[in-house]
Amino acid sequence: MTGPYDPSADVIEVQRRPAPGPAHSTYRAFGETMRGLKTTFSRMVEGPVTMEYPEEKTPVYPRFRGRHKLHRFEDTGLEKCVGCSLCAAACPADCIRVVAAENTPEHRISAGERYAAVYEINLSRCIFCGYCEVACPFDAITMGHDYEMSDYTRSDLIFTKEMLLAEPIERTPLRSEGE
Amino acid sequence: MTVTAVVGYYEPWWLQLVKALVIFGVILAIFPMLTVYERKLMGRLQGRYGPNRVGPFGLLQPVAEILKFGAKEPFRPNTSIGFIFRLAPAIAMLTAVAALAILPFGDVQHIFGRRVGIYGIDVSIGPLYVFAFAGISFYGVMLGGWASGSKYSFLGAMRTAAQLISYEVSQSLALVGVVITAGTLSLTGIVHAQGGMWYIVPQIIGFIVFMVASLAEINRAPFDLVEADAELVGGFNTEYSGTSFAAFLFAEYLNMIVVAGIATTVFLGGWLLPFGIHPPGWVDPIVVVAKMMLFITFFIWIRFTLPRLRYDQLMSFGWKVLLPLATLNVLITAIVVVA
Repeated sequence: MTGPYDPSADVIEVQRRPAPGPAHSTYRAFGETMRGLKTTFSRMVEGPVTMEYPEEKTPVYPRFRGRHKLHRFEDTGLEKCVGCSLCAAACPADCIRVVAAENTPEHRISAGERYAAVYEINLSRCIFCGYCEVACPFDAITMGHDYEMSDYTRSDLIFTKEMLLAEPIERTPLRSEGE
Repeated sequence: MTVTAVVGYYEPWWLQLVKALVIFGVILAIFPMLTVYERKLMGRLQGRYGPNRVGPFGLLQPVAEILKFGAKEPFRPNTSIGFIFRLAPAIAMLTAVAALAILPFGDVQHIFGRRVGIYGIDVSIGPLYVFAFAGISFYGVMLGGWASGSKYSFLGAMRTAAQLISYEVSQSLALVGVVITAGTLSLTGIVHAQGGMWYIVPQIIGFIVFMVASLAEINRAPFDLVEADAELVGGFNTEYSGTSFAAFLFAEYLNMIVVAGIATTVFLGGWLLPFGIHPPGWVDPIVVVAKMMLFITFFIWIRFTLPRLRYDQLMSFGWKVLLPLATLNVLITAIVVVA
């Protein structure tokens, strides 16, 4: 490119339509009204998208982080939790309380040396981050799919070991693959 | 001046009483269904279900609402003017009911060996009667807003005054074209004159003007500046609660029914069916109500489609578009009829 820079060479003429007159404005308003009516009518044809919640529950994804579950070994029935308190250490909300006790040959609860004598999760503090699940070396605690945890008192939201070990009442539908 | 009805036959007083009770009863039964119908349709238009909890399909919703309104405290602000504050809902309701009297639901039938017209009364000044009561009903809204002693209500009432005056002119003028074509002011006469063709075809401009002006007249979206829930906290009825509020609500829906009835009578041939079908007389009211529901559905559909107009847009649309259009329509109709 030779010669001095000419700024006007960069200017692009934008083609604009003339401003709409009254007749055109009215026509356009009428057309847009029709388009709006069509839009709302097509919503009616499509049908409602409402989930009627208490009767119809939203399905969750497989990796959904709901209420925790404690697990047992399927063959021996022993608890997987050895009371190491790593979950409690990892918990950012500080809602897990573990008190460990020694296993004895007559009184064997878990597969390891020790077991959790007390295992409580305060679900009113839990933030469902899933760090406890990540921290657990034995996969003893996992996040379940249950998300209906409302209760009437705060103390009812402190889940004990028995409640966490119990087979969860399967109430939450799971999303199928690719849904 | 005495206003006499030209019916050409005699109806005893008890028959008129029975007719009045039946018509009022039927419309009073339609009104709660209409509220639930509006909300269900609104839900569908927005991809929702609408009320479906009270009773089968939510049909008992109005019952629950009436109970709720009845149980509310009849609150009255200190700044309000008591007598007018209580009178306003009554005016709104009575005028709406009065306009119902002349809606023709069917032709003259032979019942119990007598000739009975299926309408309250066939006055010889049909549309004028309707507009007279529409004019008075505006006092209900206006006085209600003014007597509330609240600025939101007052703003709503002021808007009502301006809006109704602007749109009543166009609405009346839209009907003048029909009256010229039919050559009569009697609503049954207008229906009979539509035997060949419904007036929606030759009077299409009048029909459109009438529909738009009616939307403004019955304070429905996109012309619901009178209530404007988003801006005025309910407009003129902000200070009303309980049964007085229900009265305003009732008047509003009744006005919608009346306007739908007038549109049916004047533009859609009342009880007449197209393609030369002549059903027996008892079908007439069903046809009329079905056509009215068509209009009401359209009103609801419009309400949940269009956003509210700005105040100056409303005014300029009324005076610069609707009024010239209505006047032109009258002029052209007159020329066509005379020539």
